[in-house]
Amino acid sequence: MNKIVEKEHFSEKVIRLVVEAPLIARARKPGHFVIVISDEKGERIPLTIADSDEKAGTITLIVQAVGESTISICAKEPGEFLHDVVGPLGRATSIENFGTVVCCGGGVGVAPLLPILKAMKAAGNKVVSILAARTKDLIILEDQVREHSDEVIIMTDDGSYGSKGLVTDGLETVLKREHVDMTCTIGPAVMMKFVSMLTKKYEVPTICSLNTIMVDGTGMCGACRVTVGGKMRFVCVDGPEFDAHQVDFDEMILRLKPFS
Amino acid sequence: MNTDTISPRDAQWREELRKSRTAKQRTSIPRVKMAELSPDYRITCNEEVNCGLGKDEAVAEASRCLDCPDPQCVTGCPVNINIPGFIKNIERGNFQEAALVLKETSALPAVCGRVCPQERQCESKCIYNKMKREPVAIGYLERFAADTERMSGKAAMPACRPGNGRKIAVVGSGPASLSFAGEMARRGYEVHVFEALHEVGGVLKYGIPEFRLPNEVVDVEIRDLSRMGVKFMTNCVVGKTLGYDDLVAQGFEGMFVASGAGLPRFMGIPGENLVGVMSSNEYLTRVNLMGAGSKGWATPVLRGKRVAVIGGGNTAMDSCRTARRMGAEEVYIVYRRSEAEMPARVEEVRHAKEEGVRFLTLFNPVEYPGDGNGRVRAMRLQRMELGEPDASGRRSPVPVDGDIREIEVDEVIVSVGVSPNPLIPNSVNGLEVTRRGTLVVDDDTLETTIPMVFAGGDIVRGGATVILAMGDGRKAASAMAEKLENN
Repeated sequence: MNKIVEKEHFSEKVIRLVVEAPLIARARKPGHFVIVISDEKGERIPLTIADSDEKAGTITLIVQAVGESTISICAKEPGEFLHDVVGPLGRATSIENFGTVVCCGGGVGVAPLLPILKAMKAAGNKVVSILAARTKDLIILEDQVREHSDEVIIMTDDGSYGSKGLVTDGLETVLKREHVDMTCTIGPAVMMKFVSMLTKKYEVPTICSLNTIMVDGTGMCGACRVTVGGKMRFVCVDGPEFDAHQVDFDEMILRLKPFS
Repeated sequence: MNTDTISPRDAQWREELRKSRTAKQRTSIPRVKMAELSPDYRITCNEEVNCGLGKDEAVAEASRCLDCPDPQCVTGCPVNINIPGFIKNIERGNFQEAALVLKETSALPAVCGRVCPQERQCESKCIYNKMKREPVAIGYLERFAADTERMSGKAAMPACRPGNGRKIAVVGSGPASLSFAGEMARRGYEVHVFEALHEVGGVLKYGIPEFRLPNEVVDVEIRDLSRMGVKFMTNCVVGKTLGYDDLVAQGFEGMFVASGAGLPRFMGIPGENLVGVMSSNEYLTRVNLMGAGSKGWATPVLRGKRVAVIGGGNTAMDSCRTARRMGAEEVYIVYRRSEAEMPARVEEVRHAKEEGVRFLTLFNPVEYPGDGNGRVRAMRLQRMELGEPDASGRRSPVPVDGDIREIEVDEVIVSVGVSPNPLIPNSVNGLEVTRRGTLVVDDDTLETTIPMVFAGGDIVRGGATVILAMGDGRKAASAMAEKLENN
C-alpha cells in the first residue's frame, strides 16, 4: 500500500500524484516506469515516473483518466492509498552530451519526458522542447519544462495557445533552422510515428518511449512485445525506449486496442 | 534413502503392519479411483477437478503398498521422500505422522500431491508395474495426508532452531524459494523473501489454475512459513527496487535466487503479433493472478470462441482448459509431435479431452493470417511426421511436403516454453550465465559464480517441475547453511 501525499489537477482528466515509495524514489532514473494497481481487484498498469524526491521518499506520477483503472486512480485523494506500486522498471535513458537535443512531448507524454529533458540539460546539451496538445488546457508542466530547456515551442491543434499545428510542424521548423544531434519523443503512438518519419528524413537519431499494454511488467507475459528492427522486443525489459526509426509503429498501434 | 526419518522401516509398528496382511491380499486390492467433477459441470466453474480421497479409500490404497525392503519409488522421487514411511502411516491411521514424514523432505506436499507427474516419477518405479498391475496411487496418498493435516487445523509446525540472527535474502516466491525459506527458517535463519509481483507464490499462483491447484492450498503453506518467521515482501524486484549491493549493505549474508523462467518464447512466424495471439503466461496470469473473467476484477481477458493453444506441456493443458472455462466453443491443442511425446501429465491430457479440447497432433503452425484489422483470423498448420530421434531422445517431427491446412481461430495461446528471466543476471555483476541464459551453478551446492549467492529452480534449469525446484531449494539451503556455519 502506497500513500498518496499530494494531488494536483492539471486539467479535468489529467492529474499529478505524489506517492510514498521510498525504495523506488531512491533507485529510479529518468526513463524508468512503475506498475500500479489502484485497488485490490485492480489492473496492473504501467505509469512512467515523472519525478522523485529521495529525501521525502516520494515519486511523482502523472495520470490521464482514460480507462477504468486510470479513472479509479485519478479519483483518489491525498491520504488514500494505491494498493500496489512496483518498480522502478525498464531500462533507464542513456544520457550523454549529444549537442543539441529536441524533446517532443504530446499530451501526458510530457510527464515522462520531463526527467529526460532535465537530465539532458544537466549533461550539457542544448535542449529545445516542443510541447503539443489538442488545446491549451491540455498543455502540462510548461513551467518545469521551461526551467530546464533553452527554448520551448508550444503547439496546439486548435491554435488556442502557442502556434497552431502539430508537434511535427514545430519540429520541422527547428530541423530546418539548425543542426540537431538527437530527438526524444514521448506521446501518443501515432504522434511518435510521425515524429520518427520526419527525423528519419532529416537523418536525426531519435529515441521514443513506448507505452504499450503490460500485465506483469517484468518480462513474464509478453503483452508489450513490439517489433524493432525486425526483431521481437519486450517494452518492459528491453525498453521502454527504442530507436524510433526501427520501431514498427503501425503494428504497435494495432496492438494497443485488443479489447475494443 | 533418508535414514533419520521419524518412521523407519524397522520400527516395530511397521513390522507388525507388514505381517498383518499377505502380499496376495494386498495385491488383490484394485487401485483406487479418485472422484472427479463431471466435465459438463467443471467447465462452468473454476472448482478443483480432483476431489481427493476419503479416509477409507486412502487406508485401503495405502494397504496395497508392499513396504518393499528396497523401495524403488523413493529413487523415482526427485527429493527422495520416504514414500513407504508416509504410506504405512496412512495404513495404520496415523495421518498426522504421515504428513510429518512428508514434511521431512517436502515443503509443499499438498502442492506436489496435486501437480507432480507421478506416472513418470515415483509411481513409474512401483513394484506393481513389474507385476503388470497399476502402481500404488502415491500422489493421491500424498495429497490425502497433506490435506487431512491441513483441514484438521492441527498442522504440526516443523521444529525451528532458535533464531541465530543471520539474515538471508530469497529472490522470488515460487516453489524453489518457499522450500528454501522453510529449510533455512528451521535452521534458525532470518529469511526475507522478495517477490516482484503483488502476490506470493510465483508460478503456483500466476501459472497453475485454480481448478488444478486451489490458491487456498498455497496460501496455507505460505501462512505456515510466516508462522515460522519467514518475512515476505511483495512488489520488490531485486535488481531494480533493491540491488544486490543494497542487500549486502543491509547485512544479508546469503542470497538464494529463484526468479524463475520468466520470458515467454514465441515461434517467430508471420502473424504472431496480431491481436488475439498471446503467450500462455499472459493468458494464465490474467485469469489466475489478476482475476480476469471473475466478477469485480478490472483486468480484461480476450474470450475467443475458437481458440488454439500451441504446445503439448502442462502449461498448454492449463491454457486450453482455462479457455473452455472462459466460454470458448472450440478449443484445439496444436502439437508438432504425437501424443506419446507430449510432456504434459497423462491426467491433464485426459482431463482436457474430457472437457472437449480437440487434439491436433503432428501439426505445426507456420502462419497466422489476420482479418485485415490487425486481429488473428486463422492458423495455417503444417502437417508433420515423426523422423529420427533427436538429442532429447524424442523422435523429431519433420514437415510433410505440401500438406498445409488452414483452420479459423480468433484466439491463439502460444505455449512453447519459456526462457530464463534476464532481470537478475542483467542487474547483478559477476553472475555467470550459460548460452541459454540460465545461471551457472555448482552442481553439488547450487552456489553461483558469486560466493554466498545460490540459485535454483527454473532460473538454473530453464524450465522444469515444481518438485525439482523444491528439491533445489532444499539442496541450496543445506549447502548455504553448511558454508555459513563453517565460516
